[in-house]
Amino acid sequence: MAKPVLSSTGLFGTRPRARLRLAIAVALSLLSLGPLIYMFLLSFQSNNDIQGDTVVLPTHLTTSNYVQAWTDNSFGHYFANSIFVALATVVITVSLSSLAAFAFARYKFPGRELIFYTFLASLAIPPVLLIIPQYLLLDRLHLIDSLVGLVLLYVSFNLPFMIFFLRGFFAAIPREYEEAFRLDGAGTLRVIVRLFAPLSLPALALVSMFTFSMAWDEFPLALTMLNTPSHFTLPIGLADFIQAHGTLWGPFFAGSVIATAPVVIVFVVTQRWSRRGVSLGGLR
Amino acid sequence: MATPYLLLLPAFALYVIFTAYPVFRQFDISFFNWHIFPGASNPFVGLSNYRQIFHDPIVRTAAFNSFLWIVLTVPPQMAIGLFAAGTVADRLPGSALWRAAVYIPVVTSLVVVSWVFSYIFSSQGGIANAVVGFFAGHRESIDWTARTWTGNGVMWLLTIWKGVGWSFIIFLAALDNVPRDLLEAARIDGASEPRVWRSVVIPSLRAAITFVTVLLVIGAAQTFAQVYLVTNGGPGNSTQTLMSYIRQQAFIDFSFGYAAALASLVALVLFGFSWAEIHVLRQQDL
Repeated sequence: MAKPVLSSTGLFGTRPRARLRLAIAVALSLLSLGPLIYMFLLSFQSNNDIQGDTVVLPTHLTTSNYVQAWTDNSFGHYFANSIFVALATVVITVSLSSLAAFAFARYKFPGRELIFYTFLASLAIPPVLLIIPQYLLLDRLHLIDSLVGLVLLYVSFNLPFMIFFLRGFFAAIPREYEEAFRLDGAGTLRVIVRLFAPLSLPALALVSMFTFSMAWDEFPLALTMLNTPSHFTLPIGLADFIQAHGTLWGPFFAGSVIATAPVVIVFVVTQRWSRRGVSLGGLR
Repeated sequence: MATPYLLLLPAFALYVIFTAYPVFRQFDISFFNWHIFPGASNPFVGLSNYRQIFHDPIVRTAAFNSFLWIVLTVPPQMAIGLFAAGTVADRLPGSALWRAAVYIPVVTSLVVVSWVFSYIFSSQGGIANAVVGFFAGHRESIDWTARTWTGNGVMWLLTIWKGVGWSFIIFLAALDNVPRDLLEAARIDGASEPRVWRSVVIPSLRAAITFVTVLLVIGAAQTFAQVYLVTNGGPGNSTQTLMSYIRQQAFIDFSFGYAAALASLVALVLFGFSWAEIHVLRQQDL
């Protein structure tokens, strides 16, 4: 009886070793989620329990941390700001990078290489290092302390990689599809929106997920550009909270759960779509 | 004929205004004793900001810390990420679940993670001291983040923990390209497992490895949030990194010109490094 084919072509040895690999996968997953589960559990405990020196089970569970975080400490407000910033960044980045990626994937024109490498060059420059001139720029545009200013910086930061990434996907779409579409009288915009976008759904899902989590979690720029508490995004609100209240851990962990849930949900939802998108579309 | 330019215009305009122009603007500011206050004079000082960098002991500490950050967090992230990817790449029950679990730390906020780790290692109720106390048998509580090396250690640990999922996901995609028949052939020829990895698996991952290295090194070199939140550069600037020092110089001490000079210099070094790596990447015809 011949051995199953997998046996000699597996990555780890001549046997599938499924049980061992499963144990490793479970261990790695627990290590990855451990601190987050810990945070989730702590968010339902009273501050005295959290700061006491026992790590045994809490005396009682409470949801008061969430009430305190959401109502007394304007986390609801930070949440709304973060939603606005993240969604605006995603919508603008996805639209603009689709248009640009289409131009690079489908046209030959003077300056094509130059423009492409101008975009590409920024991948090598760490964006946080531009915080000083970007601050002066927003100051001159009267966009300091403005969520719109922040969105513009995030879009500009995300564009190059997303264009690079989508270009690879768009280039792989057969020209015949496009020609058939154009024969029906569709213009370029219609081709992009009605043909290329649906065909690139996995890639667009991935771009949206990356952009959303970047805009949702970004810290140094938001910290520097926003001054008024009513304009804070969640990361700045959380940092401010700890600095103002010291170790008021309970409401802080509740706020952390509030700040973590949306990205995790976006990730889980887009993961269904993006399974094939991860094959490094733009990198080939 | 104008179509491609029209398609590119919005993206290119935003990019030029908010990313490309600031690169040159920063270089420009670095030659001045720049102040942000309205009406202040900003005298031209030539290279003096750059000269100051080489006589600033905190820059030396920060550069050393940033270097340590790269050397100590990038290889573990890549090694664990590759190991995890290898574990779940072949058919495995529940693999979608493991993939999601390992990746989730990547999408969590650094602020959240920094404070959660601060709490885990805090002297008031932190679980780390309880564990140490349990094994060492004494109940002295250590304030991990208040000391230079334990503070650094906590920050490195959280950086690795948060970063593993990213290289994991890239390596997972790249492992699709490993030629399985070559694995089989190597094993039939009697190659040992480490040998199989060295000669078959690793070479087919070379492009992904280069890509991950470049982006992780750039990421590590701009470490800011952890330092700002966990140790705030202390005690006595001993855990400062280049980025946390640049931001402190600019937005706490208001030395915009000096901070811009330091930022330009760091950007130049990183650009050189990335350019070399990307050059290698392109040569390998990914």
